[in-house]
Amino acid sequence: MCLAVPGRVVTREERDGTTMAEVDFGGVRKDVCCQYIPDVETGDYVIVHVGFAIQRLDEESALQTLAEFERMSILEEEFGDQFALAARQAGVDVPATDETQEEGPR
Amino acid sequence: MAEPAAADALDFEGWVCPLPLRDSPAIVMGHGGGGALSAELVEHLFLPAYGAAADTTLGDSAVLELLGGRIAFSTDSYVVKPLFFPGGSIGDLAVNGTVNDLAMSGAVPVALSTAFILEEGTPLTDLGRVAQSVGAAATRAGVRLVTGDTKVVDSGSGDGVFVNTAGVGVVPDGVDIRPTRARPGDVILVSGDIGVHGIAVMSCREGLQFGTTVESDSAPLHELVAVMLGTGADVHVLRDPTRGGVAASLHEIAGAAGVGVELVEQQLPVPQPVMDACGLLGLDPLYVANEGKLLAFVPPDDAEQVLEAMRAHPYGKSAVIIGSVVADHPGMVVARTALGGNRVVDLPLGEQLPRIC
Amino acid sequence: MKYLDEFSNPDLAKRLLDQIHAATTRDWAIMEVCGGQTHSIIRHGIDQLLPDEVEMIHGPGCPVCVTPLEIIDKALAIASRPDVIFCSFGDMLRVPGSTEDLFRIKSAGGDIRVVYSPLDALELARQNPDREVVFFGIGFETTAPANAMTVYQAKRLGIRNFSLLVSHVLVPPAVAAIMESPTCRVQGFLAAGHVCSVMGTGEYPPLTEKYEVPIVVTGFEPLDILEGIRRTVLQLESGRHELENAYTRAVRAEGNLPAMEMLRDVFEVTDRAWRGIGMIPGSGWRLSDRYRDFDAEVRFDVAGISTDESAVCRSGEVLQGLIKPHECEAFGKECTPRNPLGATMVSSEGACAAYYLYRRLELTPADQSAAQPQVVTGRG
Repeated sequence: MCLAVPGRVVTREERDGTTMAEVDFGGVRKDVCCQYIPDVETGDYVIVHVGFAIQRLDEESALQTLAEFERMSILEEEFGDQFALAARQAGVDVPATDETQEEGPR
Repeated sequence: MAEPAAADALDFEGWVCPLPLRDSPAIVMGHGGGGALSAELVEHLFLPAYGAAADTTLGDSAVLELLGGRIAFSTDSYVVKPLFFPGGSIGDLAVNGTVNDLAMSGAVPVALSTAFILEEGTPLTDLGRVAQSVGAAATRAGVRLVTGDTKVVDSGSGDGVFVNTAGVGVVPDGVDIRPTRARPGDVILVSGDIGVHGIAVMSCREGLQFGTTVESDSAPLHELVAVMLGTGADVHVLRDPTRGGVAASLHEIAGAAGVGVELVEQQLPVPQPVMDACGLLGLDPLYVANEGKLLAFVPPDDAEQVLEAMRAHPYGKSAVIIGSVVADHPGMVVARTALGGNRVVDLPLGEQLPRIC
Repeated sequence: MKYLDEFSNPDLAKRLLDQIHAATTRDWAIMEVCGGQTHSIIRHGIDQLLPDEVEMIHGPGCPVCVTPLEIIDKALAIASRPDVIFCSFGDMLRVPGSTEDLFRIKSAGGDIRVVYSPLDALELARQNPDREVVFFGIGFETTAPANAMTVYQAKRLGIRNFSLLVSHVLVPPAVAAIMESPTCRVQGFLAAGHVCSVMGTGEYPPLTEKYEVPIVVTGFEPLDILEGIRRTVLQLESGRHELENAYTRAVRAEGNLPAMEMLRDVFEVTDRAWRGIGMIPGSGWRLSDRYRDFDAEVRFDVAGISTDESAVCRSGEVLQGLIKPHECEAFGKECTPRNPLGATMVSSEGACAAYYLYRRLELTPADQSAAQPQVVTGRG
């Protein structure tokens, strides 16, 4: 459920006592009710579902998440370090040997 | 639809006579009766609007002199709502649609008939605008409008304006283009961006209004086809993917020829605004209607030269290869996803509906 | 679209897949709760790319699929009335009731309108004061704030010719019900990201403790799904069962407080029968007393509906992850998207529809025998 997409708030106005905004989804624009994000400002990114902004999109968090994915490398050998494999199976934190090694449980 | 406007609000540029039509600003039942009102509508609205494309002989049927060859014949009806949308109108579709149906057999289109079914109460200004766009599209496509008909139905029985156009064209010797000619190994080309028309129309539909820069891509494609055939390539199949999108057309061809189709998702030319609109509504661009676009199935050795010829033409400048024909999974269309997986692209059931899930 | 397209990057997907492959040492069964996640997994081929040991069990997070048959039949009865304009999301149009669906009622002359937002339905009510406008308010917690605001506005603005047919369902009770089932095979959950955008994550730690299952709040794009799976596998491999948020850009632990306040005002918890699964206590929302006037079930006399589910349909088992769609005898034969026996074949994210639409290539020829539907390619 929940087809919701991120868009950028372009304009904000009060209509019939409700906070409405024109939201830009990369070129497509739609009127969105922002009553649930009372402090919404133009330039903010919001997550929109059926014409309502249900949450702010945390841009910094989005970029951090992507950066974390970038830090993971494509493993060249199938299972790499056998010691690391054994350690994982035992549930022991694997020491980060280099940047390409994924950290243990978060 | 536009609100009924005073007669003098209609653009009369180029028209021979001003709009007399008694004092009625809208279609009445009498306009379909075959009497004086019908004649007035033809003489004072349709013919002036059609301009130079119209044949004014006004017999019951048109007698055409066609150069020797096989005759291509096609008909289609146009029921689009709203009548006017970004980039075009029902008038453009009515002409280009049938011209393109003829062109997909490799034919040179020659003449069209135009038959209107009008809802009583349709503002004449709307009808005038539609007729003007029919005339302009016919002139652009180089086809004559040689015969027609008008009927009027009770208010509530129609959607304003329905149009049917039938067209004839001549297929040059040696040209044999039909879906059953698709062969394993054929390369599949598309002439440009997909999903454009459907999004343009959807963007002004009640309940879905969204602002977008997308305009309908309705266009006549017979000259592009001529250029492709002019390379000497043995084009196997041509299809303009309208309702149901690229997915429906590929499916039909795969089924008709008993072959499989493989698409490469990353090759599909979906412009960003179409992608965004689809994302917003939960639609798949492969199922969205197109208008001024064609799919071509060509033998692998001819692909590069056909592509080059297409890209040199205004209606083919963004042409790309999107897939190929295979002997596997006959009748099915399969897409390789960007991630490297496969998915079956099924035949769309009916109109795609926006979804929340 | 910014902050969306980047999360489909095939290169980064490959990295996440490699991490999952490297981490997996034994069989795991993970359930993605949300139908939108199911759709994404099947559509992008993610299930084909995971290690063989990792099995994705498709959960009941498709509100279209689980809307009780009785409510569908009530919707059909209301929509058939000549004084009613019945508004619905597109997803609901082909869901089969006991004898027909909204699509067929539309062909028979019912005034049924597909809308993008419940506010569109309210606007229709304003524009058509002489008609009754009813909005079909289905969905999980994600959609409830929209429906709540709409009926709140209707009340505030005194739009009396508007009403809501409500059938909201809640995720945490469903997760509990699945774990309580004796045939449950699920070892970890991808929680529904947008549900948590609204409700926050507070309802899940008690579930991780009680049932000792990891629950990872997950988004919908390919990278989000893969990251959710990766974190779940890591927890399973190391014997942990915690709540994690892998969708931090859209989910905060506290959720959306103004939305939750509105939900508390407009709705109250009720028992709800999930189509194909059965009664799950306290798993639904209905309009609260303050908004009873706007309840379409009250406004329109739709008592005496007797429901009649297809005897052949095994949606329930699919929804609980007990069978895969193609293991149902009717799959692809009597039951296709064109002639669905149950809701899981109708909804674009129902598991049966997803398998039929995207997966028929791998299934045996016997499963694909249904004749192709005819399509008339007229002009639009």
